[in-house]
Amino acid sequence: MMIGDWLDIGSVDQITPGTARTLPVVGADEIAVFRTQKNEFYALVNKCPHKQGPLSQGIVHDNVVTCPLHNWNISLKTGEALGEDKGCVPIIPMKVDAGRMYLLRSAVVGSRAA
Amino acid sequence: MNAPATLMDKDRTAPAKERLVVIGNGMAGCRAVEEVIARDPARFDVTIFGAEPRVNYNRIMLSPVLAGEKTFEDIVINGEDWYAENGITLVSGDPVVAIDRATQTVVAKSGRVEPYDRLLIATGSDPFIIPVPGKDLAGVVTFRDLDDVDRMLTAAEKGGSAVVIGGGLLGLEAAHGLSLRGMKVTVVHLMPTLMERQLDEAAGYLLKTELERRGQTIVTGGDTAEILGKDGRVSAVKLKDGREFAADIVVMAVGIRPGTSLAKAAGLEVERGIIVDDHMVTSDPAIMAVGECVQHRGACYGLVAPLWDMCRALADAACENPSGYEGSVTSTKLKVSGIDLFSAGDFSGGDGAEDIVMRDASRGVYKRVLVKDNKLVGAVLYGDTADGNWYFDLLKKGEDISDIREALIFGQAFASGGARLDPNAAVAALSDDAEICGCNGVSKAKVVETINAGACSLDAVRSTCKASASCGSCTGLVERLLALTLGSEVQSGPKTMCKCTSFSHEDVRRLILEKSLRSIPQAMQELHWTTPDGCSSCRPALNYYLLCAWPGEYEDDQKSRFVNERLHANIQKDGTYSVVPRMWGGLTNPRELRAIADVVEKYNAPMVKVTGGQRLDIFGIRKEDLPAVWADLNAAGMVSGHAYGKSLRTVKTCVGSEWCRFGTQDSTGLGVKLERMTWGSWMPHKFKIAVSGCPRNCAEATIKDFGVVCVDSGYELHVGGNGGIKVRATDLLCKVTTEAEAMDICAAFIQLYREQAHYLERTAPWIERVGLDQVKAGLFEDPESVKRLAARFRYSQTFCQTDPWAERVAGKDADLHQHLAEVRPIEVESA
Repeated sequence: MMIGDWLDIGSVDQITPGTARTLPVVGADEIAVFRTQKNEFYALVNKCPHKQGPLSQGIVHDNVVTCPLHNWNISLKTGEALGEDKGCVPIIPMKVDAGRMYLLRSAVVGSRAA
Repeated sequence: MNAPATLMDKDRTAPAKERLVVIGNGMAGCRAVEEVIARDPARFDVTIFGAEPRVNYNRIMLSPVLAGEKTFEDIVINGEDWYAENGITLVSGDPVVAIDRATQTVVAKSGRVEPYDRLLIATGSDPFIIPVPGKDLAGVVTFRDLDDVDRMLTAAEKGGSAVVIGGGLLGLEAAHGLSLRGMKVTVVHLMPTLMERQLDEAAGYLLKTELERRGQTIVTGGDTAEILGKDGRVSAVKLKDGREFAADIVVMAVGIRPGTSLAKAAGLEVERGIIVDDHMVTSDPAIMAVGECVQHRGACYGLVAPLWDMCRALADAACENPSGYEGSVTSTKLKVSGIDLFSAGDFSGGDGAEDIVMRDASRGVYKRVLVKDNKLVGAVLYGDTADGNWYFDLLKKGEDISDIREALIFGQAFASGGARLDPNAAVAALSDDAEICGCNGVSKAKVVETINAGACSLDAVRSTCKASASCGSCTGLVERLLALTLGSEVQSGPKTMCKCTSFSHEDVRRLILEKSLRSIPQAMQELHWTTPDGCSSCRPALNYYLLCAWPGEYEDDQKSRFVNERLHANIQKDGTYSVVPRMWGGLTNPRELRAIADVVEKYNAPMVKVTGGQRLDIFGIRKEDLPAVWADLNAAGMVSGHAYGKSLRTVKTCVGSEWCRFGTQDSTGLGVKLERMTWGSWMPHKFKIAVSGCPRNCAEATIKDFGVVCVDSGYELHVGGNGGIKVRATDLLCKVTTEAEAMDICAAFIQLYREQAHYLERTAPWIERVGLDQVKAGLFEDPESVKRLAARFRYSQTFCQTDPWAERVAGKDADLHQHLAEVRPIEVESA
């Protein structure tokens, strides 16, 4: 695994469990980085597939976020809308190593919601 | 890295015994040697270097040694005779300081040089020391080897206080040992949940409660700022929030790091750990590595079980019969006597994974298993771990569990015994005197009798014989008895709060008070929530109910709040926010208006609008600019208007007797007073007030939650109006003659609504649901009610009337407004 493929975005301590923070990308879509109550980490394009609501501001429960605009539930793992709703938001491959968070560089630069 | 082949070729050309040198006399190094000897005792001349001046012992049993349950002799794995019998040279107390790959030798601290044909690195891991001031003071110890235990025991003999930094497995075991040795122990853990890598929030809560009951002080979310000392010895631990805990000894147990320095210096491939292939061979074919110092397929392990598998694979390969190691699924048990805790596999949920949760509050049991594609993928057990090994076995074997799925959570005995048994039949087979509800002592016969006497729904059974009305764990049994007794005539009860619970809003509110539930994880545990941490419906509701029940005590949970209440502004469709400062009773002045105008220009707000609630709404503010905007508004004397909250919104007024020729009373003045009394309060839903100076009702008081219409003889008080989706005019509640009475009844009515309505229920549907008579009875039946309700409201308000904007301006929760970082792709490409 080449270190160069991964972008260090900061220490895990910067995100409180059960919340998300934002990562603007110049020239591409903003990314929401989530940390669940169980300390899993996920990164998604910060746009709900429904009406582009900022998912980073939703309530996180288990590994699901509820969009603050119209309460769509989005799986943090797959980016898919859950339940009756249909839609998907791009996910950005992420890993955590020795307390640091890394995003797959190619996915960060290329992240654009459909 | 197909090293075994290379090694085998070399073996054939080497007539003499090969020299195997092992760096590390710990569990991994010795186990690997044992495995090799078991396969081919004549193959190698073995030399083992150990840093500690003693024979090989079982490191994971240090906790029982500290706790006084075992002695060092009990935990020795291989005594001196083992080394002698097997012709092994043990060099203890002389650590290896360098590996020279070119000459195939290792150099020890004493200068001793040892040549090798094959080298095994088993350097284990080093405790991680957090880099805070005072970390080098005397009395700061780690928990890694017997010397550490000796240091702790020496400290414990003198009594006093111990602070353990780190609430993981190791830290809690150290805390337990020191506590048993008579020290006053405080555990400081950075994360909100103890053992967060092994436990979910619910199990972490149970563990914390039990440890506190045993007299330990558990500080979660505690970030160590520095270790304070006196005369070179530790005296206290200070947290970043300013709290200090006295300490005669500090145990640093925040984690471990693979011991890779020797390997790295020798130029082997190292990431987090020493990189090995499936045969435990490093990037140098002559060098193997095993244990906590290695990284295999991307994973590093800090537990003992993977080590046995690694040693097997290593020995197989070293003895020309390569098998290969494929990684391990791990399980954890906490070695603290009297606390049963088990965790295995992936319990983080995830796509396609389904949670099965069972909680038994009266026994303090929490069980959660995760199933994916009909296979068990993870388990967390607290309080009853008897089935831990059975679950772990199912998990490792990846067995299809679809046949036993229904009964899986009840454990092996139930699942294998009656897996295909109809659950209804199992309940039918219970004897009449079998206890169904442990909380209320209700037998099966009593429940059936209640049902036969006309209780046709779960709710009716609960309200009649109390079965399942307390903790709810027997809800399933009661439902089966209903089905058995009535067949298809069972009636469904009132709606549950959400799909996470079998209780209605009323039940939850009642039980929070009855059982004195003080936090969201506690409520979820005691009320048998079926999901690990709720959903976006029940989290905010529970947060409000707890806030309302325990004013001044309950700590608001920001992550259970909707975005608007978390950011104290209204989110708009483009993700920006609108900001509404409070204008008391709709009054403003040049200073406020100038400040608003300046903010609009300074932040390029695209729109500013007069709201229906007689104030100004500034649109298009970005979340990162909110604190600066609020600072400017605060500077002009304005505070949050709570236009975003389930809370008091505005008090709309007309100009009243001061200016209007029809005005009968000072409606503006009363409006300001009402707003000063009620602002900042959290409610089940938004709450609007208006005061009109005469029956012409210019302030539209009769479509507000609480409306005052002034008349010559006093004040008419109206309630339950709504101008929203479904327009509802108010009901007349009563008429009073003084402002003071109007204020008291307003406070009392709000408190009644706060205490009785469902979360997200406006006053209009609440009154429609319970009836105006019920509301009147709640206020007036007892002459003291208004006074008592108003007093409770005013008490609660003493904790609520702090401007949340000013708090944010002062730096509180700055994370919520700041980006994590920013990415500029041009730099990315060139990096």
